[in-house]
Amino acid sequence: MTNSKRFVVPIVLSMVLVLAGLAAAADQSGTPQVIKITAKRFEYNPNVIKIKTGVPVIFEFTSLDRVHGFTVPDLGGIRQTIEPGKVNRITILAPKAGTYEFRCDLFCGEGHEGMTGKIIVED
Amino acid sequence: MDIDRRDFLKLLGVGSAVLVLGQGGRAGALDATGGKDDFMFVQMSDSHWGFSNPLINPDATGTLKKAIAAVNSMNVQPDFIVFTGDITHTTDDPKERRKRMSEARDIISGLKVKDIRFLAGEHDAGLDNGEAFQEYFGKTHYTFDYKGVHFIVLDNVSDPTSSITDPQLQWLDGELKKLDKDSRIIVLTHRPLFNLYPSWDWWTRDGAKAIDLLTPYKNVTVLYGHIHQENHHMTGSIPHHAAKGLMFPRPAPGSVPKPVPIPWDASAPYKGLGYRSVASMSTMTDYVITEYPVQKG
Repeated sequence: MTNSKRFVVPIVLSMVLVLAGLAAAADQSGTPQVIKITAKRFEYNPNVIKIKTGVPVIFEFTSLDRVHGFTVPDLGGIRQTIEPGKVNRITILAPKAGTYEFRCDLFCGEGHEGMTGKIIVED
Repeated sequence: MDIDRRDFLKLLGVGSAVLVLGQGGRAGALDATGGKDDFMFVQMSDSHWGFSNPLINPDATGTLKKAIAAVNSMNVQPDFIVFTGDITHTTDDPKERRKRMSEARDIISGLKVKDIRFLAGEHDAGLDNGEAFQEYFGKTHYTFDYKGVHFIVLDNVSDPTSSITDPQLQWLDGELKKLDKDSRIIVLTHRPLFNLYPSWDWWTRDGAKAIDLLTPYKNVTVLYGHIHQENHHMTGSIPHHAAKGLMFPRPAPGSVPKPVPIPWDASAPYKGLGYRSVASMSTMTDYVITEYPVQKG
C-alpha cells in the first residue's frame, strides 16, 4: 500500500461517519426526507421510489396537467389527491420491507389503468 | 313468455356454458304461478365503442354489431337487456364523447328487444361526472321491478374516486328499507363492489358500505362488468358475477403487472369476448346464467 492509499482510507471512513452522523441528526431533528414526484397522464416521475423501513418520508406531488390520485393499497390504503397548481404532500411510513405498488385512483383517461409505480422499502 | 319451462331451459343451454349460481333456497318448490313469472334477460358489457387498436381488436367496429345480431337470433328473445357500463371508450374531447354515445345508441337500437337498461362505466362517465351519459342514456342510478325481482342499478363510476358516495348510499338504504328481507334483488353495477384487486382499480372504494346494506337481505345477486372476463365471488351469502366484455379481454387479476388489454389472437378471433343471459324462474332463488361467446361470421 502506498502512502497516499494509506491516507485515503481513513478519510473515506471519516466521511462515511460524518454522513451517517448527519443522517442521524436529521432523523433526530424530526425533519423527514422529502421526495418530489410529478404526475401527468399517465405516469409518475419517478415511478420507482426507494425508502427505508420505519423512517417517515414526505412525498411531495405536483400535477403537470389535471387532477390525479395516488394510493398505495397495501400500505393501509393511504391516498392523496394531486391537484394541479398546488403542492400536495403525504407522509409515508412503511413498517415492513417489501415492494408496494402505487397507482392513480382518480380516473384520468385512456391510460389510467397503467398509471402506476412502486415503492421499494428496504431495512 | 309463452313457452314451456323445460323448453325454455333447453333453448338457453344450446351450445353454451350454463351455470346455476346463487344462494339456493327455494329450488324445487311448487310454483303457484305455473311459470308465467319466469323471465330471461341478457347482460352485455364493456363494448368500448370508439376504441381503436387493430392489434387488440381488428374488428372494433364490428364486434358489438355481431353480438347484437347474435342476440337478435336467440331462440328465446330476452325480456330486456342490460348494458353494464363502458358502452363507449373514453375520450378527452366532450364532442367526440357525445359522438361515440350517439353512434353506440344507434347501433344498440338495432336490438329487436326495445326494453334496454343502461349503466355507466368510468369510460362513459368518469371524466365529466356522467353528464354526457345522462344526455344519451338517462339516469346513472335507479331501480326497476320485473316479475317479482327488484333491480337496483348503482353508479360507482361517475365519481372519479371509484365511489358510490354517501348520498347514493343513503338512497340505497332508503330503497332497501321498502323491501322485505326475503325479496329477490339483483344489483347491477359496473365495478366490483368488493375488493377484487384494488391495485388495478378493480374495486369500489366504498363498496363495503353497499354490501353491508345488502347483507341483511337473503336473496341478493350482483352482476357487474369492468374487468372484461367472467369472475364469480361470494361476499357472505351474496354472489357477484362479472361479465365478459365486447371489445377486448383483460388478464386475470394479478396475473401480469398491469391490467392492459389482451392482444387479439388471430388463431381464435373474438376469444374472451361475449355476453350472457340470466334466467329467473319463480321456483328458484338461483339464476341460470348462460355464457355466449362472440363468434366469427
